[in-house]
Amino acid sequence: MRMPIWIRRHLAAARALLVLTVLLGLAYPLAVFAVAQLPGLNDKARGSYVTAGGRTVGSALIGQSFTDSRGNPLKRYFQSRPSNAGDGYDPTATAASNLGPEDIVDTLPDPALLAAGKQDENASQSLLTQVCARSKAIGELEGADGSRPFCTPSGVGAVLAVFGSRTATGDVPHPTRVVSLNEQEGVVKAPFVAAYKGVRVELARYGEDYAKGLVVPIKGRAPARPAVPADAVTASGSGLDPHISPAYAHLQATRVAAARGVPVADVERLIASNEEGRTLGFMGEPVVNVLKLNIALDARYPTRQ
Amino acid sequence: MSDTLAGALFIGSLVLVLAVVYRPLGDYMYRVYGGTRHSRAERVLYRLIGARPDAEQTWAEYARSVLAFSVAGVLFLYAFQRVQNHLLLSLGFDPVKPDQAWNTAVSFVTNTNWQSYSGESTMGHLVQMAGLAVQNFVSAAVGMAVAMALVRGLARERNRYLGNFWTDLVRGSVRILLPIAFAGAVLLVAGGVVQNFANADDHVVTTIAGHRQAIPGGPVASQEVIKELGTNGGGFYNANSAHPFENGTAWTNWLEIVLILVIPFALCRTFGRIVGQNRQGYAIAGVMATIAIACVVLVNVFQLAHHGTVPTAVGASTEGVENRFGVADSATFAGATTLTSTGAVDSFHDSYTSLGGMMTLFGMMLGEVAPGGVGSGLYGMLVLAVITVFVAGLMVGRTPEYLGKRIGSREIKFAALYFLITPMLVLAGTAVAMATGSGRAAMLNRGPHGLSEVLYAFTSASNNNGSAFAGVTVNTVWYDTALGLCMAFGRFLPIVFVLALAGSLARQGRAPASEGTLPTHRPQFVGMVVGVTVVLVALTFLPALALGPLAEGIHS
Repeated sequence: MRMPIWIRRHLAAARALLVLTVLLGLAYPLAVFAVAQLPGLNDKARGSYVTAGGRTVGSALIGQSFTDSRGNPLKRYFQSRPSNAGDGYDPTATAASNLGPEDIVDTLPDPALLAAGKQDENASQSLLTQVCARSKAIGELEGADGSRPFCTPSGVGAVLAVFGSRTATGDVPHPTRVVSLNEQEGVVKAPFVAAYKGVRVELARYGEDYAKGLVVPIKGRAPARPAVPADAVTASGSGLDPHISPAYAHLQATRVAAARGVPVADVERLIASNEEGRTLGFMGEPVVNVLKLNIALDARYPTRQ
Repeated sequence: MSDTLAGALFIGSLVLVLAVVYRPLGDYMYRVYGGTRHSRAERVLYRLIGARPDAEQTWAEYARSVLAFSVAGVLFLYAFQRVQNHLLLSLGFDPVKPDQAWNTAVSFVTNTNWQSYSGESTMGHLVQMAGLAVQNFVSAAVGMAVAMALVRGLARERNRYLGNFWTDLVRGSVRILLPIAFAGAVLLVAGGVVQNFANADDHVVTTIAGHRQAIPGGPVASQEVIKELGTNGGGFYNANSAHPFENGTAWTNWLEIVLILVIPFALCRTFGRIVGQNRQGYAIAGVMATIAIACVVLVNVFQLAHHGTVPTAVGASTEGVENRFGVADSATFAGATTLTSTGAVDSFHDSYTSLGGMMTLFGMMLGEVAPGGVGSGLYGMLVLAVITVFVAGLMVGRTPEYLGKRIGSREIKFAALYFLITPMLVLAGTAVAMATGSGRAAMLNRGPHGLSEVLYAFTSASNNNGSAFAGVTVNTVWYDTALGLCMAFGRFLPIVFVLALAGSLARQGRAPASEGTLPTHRPQFVGMVVGVTVVLVALTFLPALALGPLAEGIHS
């Protein structure tokens, strides 16, 4: 007895899928696995592990945090970029911030919760404030100028809500009220500018709705090329970036040298020998592998902890 | 060397390599699909499948075989995810929940590889390599098969048949994708991409600062290579090709872009060979290259100019970008992945500058034809060529012809239906999402950028791309279901229309070229197809873009 054609067709489909699954889903990856056991490839296929002091301390390709148990940077080590992977450099939770280029207004925390020593789960920092806060903290750590365009000296996004009637082009020439959106009353003493277009600038209050105001970021007078490099204040795509830019490495050299009690020139030499240029001269960017650099530091200039 | 010069050389080297392999790979694929001999291994495969490899199929039989195979794929992949906790190498993960398993099954079978899950915390190794990666191969092979059926429709005369789907499927998988994937996987391992079967708990290290870090494993290289080569895009890990274990160096990044683009471009050569006029292939490749280079350059320009508040504060568009690739090469990857149906990302488009992010959206809105997905790019571009000769025919008042085939009312209806599917899905889907609470709640960013996230999600799903403005929370029943439907309709309705068009073209004879025939191999025609493509897309999507990325990106 012959089966109807449509059943035979679906039977053929199921059989095709099964056959191709065995070939492409089992035989092929196992064959690649077998070839990857060849010397020269096997270390990489396993995960490019690196050892220091006789033990495995990580992978050359996966970045790490060089912080103490409370998350503060260890001064004797070069620091990695900011990371959004879990609590930082967690390979089981790789992630990017996914915040947009105009994400500039914070959601402020409830002062009552803060006073009780709790975290406000609903509060969040805008990408701009994250960048400003990182820049300020790194500036202080490295003894450099941490200021950036669109950032307040207190390390949040310099953003005003301007109230008043708007012109046809959306400007507010004669504001009636101006609020500094990311500076919270009780947290900051005074706003980053006293007045805007002749109107006194207020601090933001928790729970107030400023949605009617025109959002105006204020560029300020910070240098367009800040002392703290771009990669130091932005998170990578994976949250596992193993590299920093040579500029960020050089910025950290003085602090690392001081923490280890060695001349800065020696640390600079170590950076130079760990710098990797562009592949074939044009692919990618020059980088420094932070883990390898720190391992080299520990080997050459050990510290007592 | 300056960043700009390095970025330009990077693009130039890609163009060079693609130009060099265009002929040999295109000719090889021509021999694969046109051959009459079957290797002994293939005969065994056909016997196991129960298919007669030389039995020709009509367009309707061909379409029913495509759909039957895809339905089997969805059911199998759904079941596979639902029982993964009982299988080997499950890493201790729970079964994937029903709405997410449906979404993922449709996503991989339709060559979309939209991911509402995070690979490292959801999928066991066996589901990844024997479920998801298999669909990476076969969904690509299906796309190429459909493209070949359309090209045969253009090449054949007074013929009801378009070839045999099972033969095209097996040949595409075994003779084209598998060998390139194998060689590419070994190269990727050499670049640091892992290939093992370790559990994350197997490799917990104590870092030099004293933290615990679990280093993941997996058969990544074998999956990474087909993810790019088959223009699939579903990452083994959540961070996709930004993850150092998927893309560890600047040169693996370059290689992955080549893998993304190589088959879609070379298929134009295959097309030219089958219709017996190589210059027709060059013309189609010329259209693809013109649009592709323009888009990739524009993404680079916008990203390097870093316009916008946060990029200005930072001093560069480095948020969501890996240092080893840098801003320029990441922008090139972003262009390549959205101009094809790949959707793999090596940097995060949500954090791109407003206009740079818009270009990635625009690349998908073009219908992914420049050069598009493997197979789907070629058939999409051929449909646009048909529409172009129709438009040109209207202008001079002649019956349009393409390659001697008359484009009558039946043909133009199929072409128009093909073109209308995705805008319908994108715009209606976005509108419904914005009108419902559960649709709006998913946005991470506010204002125009929030709309861009939702628009991007529906554009990506309906065009079978799979990349995301990843801030949007899509692992909800609402989005898993809605986007799953968009992916299914966005894949299979166009395929049915293309095959119907192919059937109708194959039945015709060939009109001899005359004085009034529009030559379809000259730069004039290339320019016309580019124009028609861009105008059609601009008319369809400009209002939506104006509310999203343009509103955000154009200010003082």
